[in-house]
Amino acid sequence: MEKIPILKMGEFLLVTIQVDMHDRLAMALQDDLTNAISETEARGVLIDISSLEIVDSFIGRMLANIAAMSRVLDAQTVVVGMQPAVAITLVELGLSLPGVRTALNVDAGMEVLRASVNGA
Amino acid sequence: MSTIPRNDRTRQVSALLTRNEETFVNEWLRQMSGATRRSDLMKETELRTQCSQFLRLLQNGLNGGDFNFQSSTWDKIREMLSEISRSRAIQGFTPAETASFVFSAKRPLFTLIRQEFGIDADSLAAQMWATTELLDAMGLYTAEVFQKSREDVIRRQQEELLELSTPVVKLWDGVLALPIIGTLDSARTQVVMESLLQAIVQTNSRVAIIDITGVPTVDTVVAQHLLKTVTAARLMGADCIISGVRPQIAQTIVHLGINLTDVATKATLAAAFQIALQRLGVSFVKEQNGKPNS
Repeated sequence: MEKIPILKMGEFLLVTIQVDMHDRLAMALQDDLTNAISETEARGVLIDISSLEIVDSFIGRMLANIAAMSRVLDAQTVVVGMQPAVAITLVELGLSLPGVRTALNVDAGMEVLRASVNGA
Repeated sequence: MSTIPRNDRTRQVSALLTRNEETFVNEWLRQMSGATRRSDLMKETELRTQCSQFLRLLQNGLNGGDFNFQSSTWDKIREMLSEISRSRAIQGFTPAETASFVFSAKRPLFTLIRQEFGIDADSLAAQMWATTELLDAMGLYTAEVFQKSREDVIRRQQEELLELSTPVVKLWDGVLALPIIGTLDSARTQVVMESLLQAIVQTNSRVAIIDITGVPTVDTVVAQHLLKTVTAARLMGADCIISGVRPQIAQTIVHLGINLTDVATKATLAAAFQIALQRLGVSFVKEQNGKPNS
């Protein structure tokens, strides 16, 4: 079964979603990521969805869930590189991801993570 | 009722026109030169050509033996009338001036009919009625085509306006501005939203300013559209600032109970730009006498 790699970068975790997300993959990612956070004691998670072209309400909710779970495990989540079409779809679905931080690209996302970790 | 059969009546009118062609066209042109002929838009010779062409087609139609304008006998003349109406709509004639092309033929035609059937009251009335109906149908048809051509022009202009009306301006490295002018509806918001989000990706901008100085009114629908755009931009990682909120609009927003607390709003574009630069960490120092102040 395919898996989404979770890379460790210093005190942050880097997740790049480069395949079409289906529901099982999303659930697996949720499991893997929460495990990885507790194992590595990561302070932040960066999810890059720049190659994600299609979302549905399930994937949208999953992103919000991952952010909420990470917060419980004391890690900040930043979602970066969302495509315009994806953003419009999520808004039309009524999923504005209120607890999720966003950034334009990985660079900006890293900056956000560093600032929030250092500030805390 | 007249004793003459229907298709004989049409042929009689046709023969009448053939015999008096010259007088008819002259009288018709004279009628048109009254209040409605526009010598500035159309030459006399051109009009005369149209008249004689119309007359020929009218005779053909009448020889077909049918006063009903919807029938296929009149296909040719319908074609010609639509051509005339369309070109006049584009040339800038008014609807009345266009329709009067047909209606001013009434008087000369009726004069001819009266001269011909004057003694026989029954035939006269029957002829008059049939001819009136036919010419009225033609006049209404020109008006209809005229209207349709105008609507085509309006529709094309609307499309062009939609394309023109959503420029995304780059104010600074990482700062975009989107001045919206005119009323926001669903179709337009879609275009606005897409072009803004696309520009955010292309220019890698962190702050986008939506300027609504040119939006005449804000109702709940417009506000919802604005909020959607702001949320979509936020999801992509860009901050949105709404600027150009006029006092009247601020009042409306509060009265309507629209919640804009999650969105940064500024009264002017300048104020919004200042905030945008602050967020990027850019600051300016005013110089005095050409030297830095501090």
